[in-house]
Amino acid sequence: MNAPGVDISQPPLPLRRRLVELLLGGGLLASAASFLYPILRYIVPPPSADLGGDTVVAGKVGDLKPNSGRIFRFGSKPGLLVFTADREYRALSATCTHLDCTVQYRDDLHQVWCACHNGIYDLNGRNVSGPPPRPLESYEVHVQGDEIVVTRRQKA
Amino acid sequence: MRLATHVRDWLDERFGWDELTHFLRKKTVPVHRYSYWYFLGGMTLFLFLVQVLTGILLLLYYRPTANEAFESVQYVMTRVPFGWLIRSVHSWAANLMILFAFAHMFSVLFLRAYRKPRELTWVSGMVLLLLAMGFGFSGYLLPWNTLAFFATKVGTDIVRQVPVVGHWLMIFLRGGEEVTGATLSRFFGLHVAVLPGITTMLLLVHLLLVQRFGISVPPGEEAAWRARPPEKREMPFFPNFLLRELMAWYVALGVLGALAALAPWELGTKADAFAPAPAGIKPEWYFLWMFQTLKLIPAKLGPLDGEMVGVLAFGVAGLLWLLLPFFDRGDGRNARWIAGAGVFALVYMASMSVYGYLAP
Amino acid sequence: MTRRVLQTAILTLLLAALGSPGLAPPAAAQQPNTCLDCHSEFPEPLGVTREKFAADVHAQKGLTCASCHGGDPTKATPEESMSRAAGFRGHVDRRQVPDLCARCHSDAAYMRQYNPSLRTDQLSQYHTSVHGKRLAQGDARVAVCTDCHSVHDIRPGSDARATIHPLNIAETCSRCHSDAAYMKPYKIPTDQYAGYKESVHHRALAVRGDLSAPTCTTCHGNHGAAPPGVASVEFVCSNCHVFQAQLFDTSPHKSAFEAAGLPACVTCHSNHRVVAPGDAMLGTGPQSACTGCHVEGDGGYTAALSFQRRIAELQTAVERSGEILNRAEQYGMEVSEAKLEQAQARDALTKARVTIHSFQIDQVEKDVQAGLKITEKTYQAGVLALQERDFRRKGLGISLLAILVVLVGLRLYIRQIESGEGKGSA
Repeated sequence: MNAPGVDISQPPLPLRRRLVELLLGGGLLASAASFLYPILRYIVPPPSADLGGDTVVAGKVGDLKPNSGRIFRFGSKPGLLVFTADREYRALSATCTHLDCTVQYRDDLHQVWCACHNGIYDLNGRNVSGPPPRPLESYEVHVQGDEIVVTRRQKA
Repeated sequence: MRLATHVRDWLDERFGWDELTHFLRKKTVPVHRYSYWYFLGGMTLFLFLVQVLTGILLLLYYRPTANEAFESVQYVMTRVPFGWLIRSVHSWAANLMILFAFAHMFSVLFLRAYRKPRELTWVSGMVLLLLAMGFGFSGYLLPWNTLAFFATKVGTDIVRQVPVVGHWLMIFLRGGEEVTGATLSRFFGLHVAVLPGITTMLLLVHLLLVQRFGISVPPGEEAAWRARPPEKREMPFFPNFLLRELMAWYVALGVLGALAALAPWELGTKADAFAPAPAGIKPEWYFLWMFQTLKLIPAKLGPLDGEMVGVLAFGVAGLLWLLLPFFDRGDGRNARWIAGAGVFALVYMASMSVYGYLAP
Repeated sequence: MTRRVLQTAILTLLLAALGSPGLAPPAAAQQPNTCLDCHSEFPEPLGVTREKFAADVHAQKGLTCASCHGGDPTKATPEESMSRAAGFRGHVDRRQVPDLCARCHSDAAYMRQYNPSLRTDQLSQYHTSVHGKRLAQGDARVAVCTDCHSVHDIRPGSDARATIHPLNIAETCSRCHSDAAYMKPYKIPTDQYAGYKESVHHRALAVRGDLSAPTCTTCHGNHGAAPPGVASVEFVCSNCHVFQAQLFDTSPHKSAFEAAGLPACVTCHSNHRVVAPGDAMLGTGPQSACTGCHVEGDGGYTAALSFQRRIAELQTAVERSGEILNRAEQYGMEVSEAKLEQAQARDALTKARVTIHSFQIDQVEKDVQAGLKITEKTYQAGVLALQERDFRRKGLGISLLAILVVLVGLRLYIRQIESGEGKGSA
């Protein structure tokens, strides 16, 4: 704990003292900057919107023409929002249950179609034909104001 | 330099700054071969301050609902500039804080720093340690990922074994019969309001007590000094000891930064209450020894429920531990017993933790 | 005492009356079956244990031995119960089995009371099958109903223990068709089962547990079992592989195969041994399916090469970007978004492999291009993530340097202030 190896009979030179103070001060400033910079950057919110949750805004009313569909991001997976010819909104998982390709809405078939192996699902997500072994997960859709809100169904 | 003197004079004039800082200058730290152990408490305090700062920063983006908690943490980790740093530092510093709190406790135990008149310092410190573990337990759930969800399920289930009030206590913790979004709300409240409030107050009491009684000198050293007074060495707390403490804190900052940059804290997958529990669910390392002990106790001990006996035993042991200073009557015999108990506890906790870590 | 007996009797009768309607129309279901008294003690082939017969779907619906074998099972002595007067037929000859079963199973009105949706065309189907035709010619060695469905413990196909459950069908067929000695007179191969067991279809069915995956009967039919024949192979496969068949129909191979008398699908993919297709089937390597017809210099040969090259290019690109994203993830970088897009690149690859069946380079090229465009993006995301990692490390280095400077400064400063005091206290 005691300062070792210092010749205590001689008082330290003022120059050396200045140098030490300079080193310490500079170091403190530099380290404080390296701590403060990330914090300041952190406080400024990023431009991209948040990641939502079990509920996500899949689009705005009017974005979709009747009898069309579009892919939206649901958490880390793609979802498919369909505006049917009967002007109803449907939302499904967009990951094909066969080999995980992304499905799409076919306006000529009025069904959901996987381009990889011609798998077909109906608008409730049921696998109708082709290789898909299981239905697509379907989500709840609500229109709130002009936003189309998709919610994962609570399994219970 | 001139400006600093000015400011000091200004403050001195109004608040009696010199008086306020007077105690700092009078305070000394004994210098002997065990002096390094004096750093542990300060280090724990420093890590707590890091937690407060990073915790407040996380609050800027965190959302405490089952729907959004995971996504908001993911947002912090991926989108917010340096969000990964803040969250990783928060997680790592939490673990280091508990580690240092434990080390601090054992150093106090083995150096017999809890002796009269410092009994209450020990008691307040022990409660602080329990609070720190409460911080850990409640904070672990907040990212709402699978591991945390099931660990919380198991953890709160153990509480149910407490006789008479167990079930009530579990419902109180969970905010219902099951771990749900209601549990998350509760844990969030505990983690950011209740626990910090109590901890801050108790921390002040603890520091005040340390200040009041001064720093303990181990009995062996004290005896040596009494025998040969010229051997007695001390250093001023301010600035000599504080500067050294500052060095330790800077090292800690470097370690935290390195851990965050090289091993960012994982996020895992979002909790799904209906998914099967992943195999080998284990609590955080500082609960592992208790968890493993409960697992080893047979389901039935005679007419009693094994787990309940285990929980009761931990309760009794914890209470005895809390009251430890009152058993040390100053004669060598009891002190040896207490040191023995300390060694036993240390070896037991370490080996159970290792066993729990390796066990499937 | 007597009252209780009476009560019990009435209750039993009531329960029996309630439980019976619709369930036990023919024969006397509640009456004793004396056949099993003896036959459960006999050795095979005359023996039928009670447990075995209880498992039979017919027994469960109230049919008895007499339903097929005739006689009167309510009579106690063999002379009475097995008398010709009571209609006893005894052993049923193999040749008679289809007609015997059809007495009920071809009677739509009768079958309706058990299962309205059950088919009743099995016998007519059977007559069209190779088995049925040979039986009509007097060959008693071919399969009749009982060979596949078993006797006396016939279970419905939905029962996992049934010989005709999807998971068991291939083995049931193989009992005869893999027996080289038994098949010798017919001069047909016996390696179908061995081939099938190596196929993707078997893997999908038995390993992945997808009960809709094909087994023998899916392609050959069940009661009307026969080989599909060269011309209809494509129709058979296209029941599931719709897209590939559509593409194939537009391809130059369609007419070429027809002209050469080559079956579609099977020519490249084989029949029973349909192994998982791979990119090695393209190109001109040893596993190539193209070099069977195409030789160096012709258009197909160069097309085969370019198919393989383009698919391999996309495959490499997908792997390359997947690898860099994984690496970034291992370093703790968050790349979940890029990984999401990466899935689409794999889509494109899967799709390109399907589009191959058009055997037209521009069509395949479209999918390859789409995939490459995505991998370009995801690879960039990986590069950025690794740059971010390096940025973090550099930042860490800088702040560690600053920390080190402070530590050195503090050390020197402490030494400085203590060298002044040291004089006094030492």
